[in-house]
Amino acid sequence: MTDSTEIHTENDGSERNAETSRIVMNDVRFSVPGKDILKGITLTAEPGEILSIMGMSGSGKTTLLHCIGGLTAATSGEIYVGDQQIVGMTEDQLNHVRERMGMVFQYSALFDSLTVFENVAFGLRRRRKLSEAKIREIVHDKLSVVGLPGIEKQYPSELSGGMAKRVGLARAIAMEPEILLYDEPTSGLDPVVASVVDELIMEMRDRLNVTSIVVSHNIKSILRVSDHIAMVHGGELQAHGTPDELRSCADPIVRQFIEGRPHGPIEVAHL
Amino acid sequence: MTDQTSGAAPPVATVSRHDPSILTNVLVYLGEVTVLLAQALKFIIRGRINARDLMQQMAFLGVNSVVIALLTSFSSGAVIALYFAQFLVQYGQQWLVGAVVSLAISRELAPVLTGVVVAARAGSAIAAEIGTMKVTEQIDALRALAVDPVEYLVPPRLIAGLIMLPLVCALADASGILGGYLVSVYLEGVPAGSFPLSIRQFLEPSDFMRGLIKTIFFGLIIVIVGCHQGLRTKGGATEVGRATTNSVVLSIVFIYIADFFLARILFLAS
Repeated sequence: MTDSTEIHTENDGSERNAETSRIVMNDVRFSVPGKDILKGITLTAEPGEILSIMGMSGSGKTTLLHCIGGLTAATSGEIYVGDQQIVGMTEDQLNHVRERMGMVFQYSALFDSLTVFENVAFGLRRRRKLSEAKIREIVHDKLSVVGLPGIEKQYPSELSGGMAKRVGLARAIAMEPEILLYDEPTSGLDPVVASVVDELIMEMRDRLNVTSIVVSHNIKSILRVSDHIAMVHGGELQAHGTPDELRSCADPIVRQFIEGRPHGPIEVAHL
Repeated sequence: MTDQTSGAAPPVATVSRHDPSILTNVLVYLGEVTVLLAQALKFIIRGRINARDLMQQMAFLGVNSVVIALLTSFSSGAVIALYFAQFLVQYGQQWLVGAVVSLAISRELAPVLTGVVVAARAGSAIAAEIGTMKVTEQIDALRALAVDPVEYLVPPRLIAGLIMLPLVCALADASGILGGYLVSVYLEGVPAGSFPLSIRQFLEPSDFMRGLIKTIFFGLIIVIVGCHQGLRTKGGATEVGRATTNSVVLSIVFIYIADFFLARILFLAS
């Protein structure tokens, strides 16, 4: 575990305390008319750790991630990002919190009318008062970190799925976030590229000491990168522990999910 | 809104249950559009407009719509001249053709046709682009980057619409009158000198100016309706298509409604 009082320097020269990157979810609920998506999730991501949230499609894990990022407003409960409780915040207030977060989307969500350079520079240009030379330097640095130097002039439509994911990561880390949220970072990628993305997730933790929350149903990837794993099933927290604890967990739902068995307590409607 | 549970309900009951729903939907829609406009104006007043985005949108909304607007207006001017020249020749009043064509073009046809053309071409594209951004999580990505989607997407398009619609309309005015002139003089035998003479005699610069003022409102309608349809898109490609179609239909309906009231205010009040 990393030292929680460690100090890091951001792009603009200011310092930050790793304590502000702890995420605490307390009885988080989210409902739409006629359906409870999240039924009271209580979970903590410690500063500098990788917490993975796994579960079946439709289990509520992406909704939980969106609630943490403030993209979806939780119906009730508390979500603390550092010492700021974000449930009920206005969009303006959330924007200040989001400046400390980066998010990698399932389908990359790159702005398709902008080049790779403009995508990675987007947040810097909008939210930071930096010279164009400094922005160029940061963009080049972040693209190098994700292993894609020299593609600044390309458009998202010219990139492969793996490259788009990595550009999405470069965009997310351009503002030196304390927290990184990953939504299905390896879905749709071949095993080799998925491993590259896994290594990048761990590298972000090791190099930048960011707190990472990874939503995925890629068991192999989750067991490899995570410090802690939470399983969400039917909108509830089914299990929580280290990868080794989850591997040895006797809960039949967890066992079926990890082993990928078609038959068991998890009922799949179309099987 | 469709009531999924009302399949077996009698028609009268269905109507009575749906009437308030339609009214509510209309009020909700107007409320959402008004809030979007207010938000966009707030960002414009704060001066938070990216000059590059604005230039791109001005080119997209205005420059790229010029050719079709000119063609439409030219054709309308030519056809009006065709009808009225034949009619006025019977009464020996062919010298009035220039005034008739110019009044119709400057007050009504060029502004409305410009609005309809831009709504069909650019309004639909605005809804499709923003709708696609919505369903591909690009709008969420903006929010995740602490950028307000309304601030990023709407003000540049709104300002571009307010500036470019009158400019395109001014060119459409010229194109329509040129079409009328060519048909009157070269097909219908109207004396070449009488066409501009009647324009000078019966039209004032304010006729053109008031026509251009109309298009400022049309530009506002096209952009806000297109942006709203895009931002409320949910689902996938089908919903993007629906948003695009809705954007064109609603924009044209609102343009005609606004045109009626603007005509009363701008032309009949004086």
